[in-house]
Amino acid sequence: MAIESEVLVVGGGLAGLTSALAAAREGAEVRLVSYKQSTLRQASGLVDLLGYTPDGDGPLTDPYEAIPDLPTEHPYSTVGVDTVREAMDLFDDVTDYAGGHTDTNALVPTHGGTVKPTARYPRSAAAGLASDDRDLLLVGFDSMTDFDAPHAAAHLEAAGVPFDVRGETIRFPGDLRADAKVTRYAKLLDTNGGVAVRGRERPAREALAQRVNPLVDDEQRVGFPAVLGDDDHAGVRAALESKMGVDVFEVPMGPPSLPGLRLEDRLFAALDAAGASIETGNPVVDYDGGGRVERVYVEKNGAEIPMTADQYVLATGGLVGKGVESDREGVYEPIFDCHVPHSDDRYDWFDTDAFGDHPFAGFGLRTDDELRPLGTDEAVEFENLRAAGSVLGGYDFAAEKSGSGVSIATGYAAGTSAAAEVR
Amino acid sequence: MSDAESPDTDFEPVAPNTGEDFEPTEVFPDSDDFDLRPGADSCYKCSICDTNCPVAEVDDDFPGPKFQGPEQWRLKQTDDDYEIDDSVMDCSNCMRCDNACPSGVPLSQMHNTARGEYVSEQMDKTSVEYWRNRILANYRTSAWFASKVPRLANFAMNFGPARWVMEKTMGITSERDFPEFARQTFREWWADRGGADESRRRAREARERRGEPADADKKVAYFHGCYSNYNTPEVGKAMVRLYEHFGYEVVAPEQKCSGTPMFANGMLDDARRHAEVNVSSMSDLVEQGYDAIASCTSCSMALRQEYPELFDIDGIEEVAANTFEAVEYLRIHEDLRGAIREADVDGDLADEFAYHAPCHARNQGLDRQAVELFRELDGVGVEDVGESCSGISGTYGWKEEKYEKSMEIGDEMFDHMEHAEGDTGMTECPTCAMQMEHGTGYDIRHPLELLSAALAGE
Repeated sequence: MAIESEVLVVGGGLAGLTSALAAAREGAEVRLVSYKQSTLRQASGLVDLLGYTPDGDGPLTDPYEAIPDLPTEHPYSTVGVDTVREAMDLFDDVTDYAGGHTDTNALVPTHGGTVKPTARYPRSAAAGLASDDRDLLLVGFDSMTDFDAPHAAAHLEAAGVPFDVRGETIRFPGDLRADAKVTRYAKLLDTNGGVAVRGRERPAREALAQRVNPLVDDEQRVGFPAVLGDDDHAGVRAALESKMGVDVFEVPMGPPSLPGLRLEDRLFAALDAAGASIETGNPVVDYDGGGRVERVYVEKNGAEIPMTADQYVLATGGLVGKGVESDREGVYEPIFDCHVPHSDDRYDWFDTDAFGDHPFAGFGLRTDDELRPLGTDEAVEFENLRAAGSVLGGYDFAAEKSGSGVSIATGYAAGTSAAAEVR
Repeated sequence: MSDAESPDTDFEPVAPNTGEDFEPTEVFPDSDDFDLRPGADSCYKCSICDTNCPVAEVDDDFPGPKFQGPEQWRLKQTDDDYEIDDSVMDCSNCMRCDNACPSGVPLSQMHNTARGEYVSEQMDKTSVEYWRNRILANYRTSAWFASKVPRLANFAMNFGPARWVMEKTMGITSERDFPEFARQTFREWWADRGGADESRRRAREARERRGEPADADKKVAYFHGCYSNYNTPEVGKAMVRLYEHFGYEVVAPEQKCSGTPMFANGMLDDARRHAEVNVSSMSDLVEQGYDAIASCTSCSMALRQEYPELFDIDGIEEVAANTFEAVEYLRIHEDLRGAIREADVDGDLADEFAYHAPCHARNQGLDRQAVELFRELDGVGVEDVGESCSGISGTYGWKEEKYEKSMEIGDEMFDHMEHAEGDTGMTECPTCAMQMEHGTGYDIRHPLELLSAALAGE
């Protein structure tokens, strides 16, 4: 015996979650297995579709318009622009993200003070858009060194935003330790817990608003680092807005990222509601089968737990997520040993210019039109295995700003066609 | 790729030092006198572990798992006199950070080691705190005494004035009720019932009924742990009946505490003594083809992960690789879902349950097991009350100075339980059960009890 399902998805990032969700919504019995917690916690929470072309042109206004001109090996070319739209509809359906009302990319200020073209953004970032011409105040906390508000403001000014922008740094009210965890701020604001201000205990939301109020000149919107609550982030924002009389927004931050955490929660809840089974904590390490995957093995401290399914989706991530690995001998995919095209000479894997056009950025699996990995001989490796997300090759998500979009689109396509096989 | 202009700067990147004369540096020459834990260098300080730490979320003074593990190791390397920071004693050993780290840094192993070093080298062995922790960690010893006189123990342990004295003199909170001791321990029941021989007879009968070969190789060694022996023998009985129903012969080998409360209190010598007994009796059975089964997720966690991480005992790897949580094992080897689909429950277990997944079930990938399994069982509803930690973490919530924090961590769970449909709780972990009961007043059941009632009819 083994633990059985119809569709087994390996990987718990955006691609894995989307494919499991798509398959479950098609009525398949789905199980998602993820080694560590979702990498969404490491992500900004912004959902980029395509910000720049592979040649570096951009920022693009309409990502959908640019998709038909992408190279044939690009995952968007594999699934087609209609599938990308359907996939984004699914995403919009299960989240409360903004940006779905238009095909146009939004320009969202980042914590470094750059402006990033993105297709969907959390509601908490909405009041901060760079296309909005209202003057803007950024407020940083002196202990939170990842966000230097005056520096970010100067950067935004240099980027030529159509409004005045200032940055101020304050001490977060209360006596938090210098390297307080982001969850500590979020929980304090969520519960409106007490903080000590000049010897008096005051609710955190009030105390924060009171500290920022004197710094606001004529600005109609104020941005904070993204730590404004977790479970009740809308409530925290609304409370600050009413006490400050301005729009309040969050600037997406690096890891650990609360917008990423909230997105993760949202997607897992949707997956649960769709009736899928979810298991995290242990890696898939091996499989049985020839031209067809018969079963995979999940390793738990030496014990190998067999899991079987009719269809499999591989969504284990790229070089960073360890779905694609490399050593001095070569580049490989560790579970099914799918073929990863790359030069034999490892000095050809990278460009000598740090910001150059690195071949390694595009390393990953090549697939047929159904996202099934292809071997060295261009033949399908396993008839019931599909790949989705950054384990795929043929695109450079960091340069193109296309990581989330490719994960959602290929995850959706893989999940939908896997479900079609079992229904 | 930014569309912002770069601010003016004098920064000139130097040429990388990979020229012909480059020699890799010997980073730690001639040093085998400290223990650089494998994996420490894989930490790139993303701090995801810190977002998972239930203690850091409520306690501003706790520096979090990243500091306790990789950062303390780095400090030790550069400073010969560096002593383990006493905040390591505030870590509750929930082990959530393990599951969080994208680099696979063995955080809880580092915390256990650091805590062990702190207790053995820095803690005052004559202090009240040391002895309080030691008594709490060696729950099995107290439970053994109490089980000899359960009625008296139940009365004495919850006798108000005595509890006041315990708090004042030992720092054991008087806020909590001590768990009740069973009138008959699991092992007494097991022996009265006829032990392994009776189990073999029943398993054979079941195999015959199921149309399986009479000599089928279905045998498991039950690691019941202290709690289901002394406090909740109904869990152990449910486990035995359920396994026999599926045709498994059960044995209950000699065993001590799994060591979980000892790891959490840095009492590694105590833990090792107990582990040696457990590994020795389990590995003999594993060699004979038995698998080790635990009904407490902290016990299975200890045997599977903490033992091989912390101790070098003969046979430990084999025992770890052959240890399973009780329900998980049946999911792998039997058509448990099929059986559940055809079953129903009535009586006092036909109920709506508010289920809490213990932290120690998470790393084993079991946090969703009960909820997903019981979806198709007629007569019950099992609702997940969310991912927060219960906050008690074994002995942690029993310490007077930690009690408030423990309740603050658990607050989210209490809240979710009260909003859940059911007024009965469910969890695999005995101390989580204590906390759930303490925070809400609900009765708490173990999934095995429900499974056994649905499938084995008892």
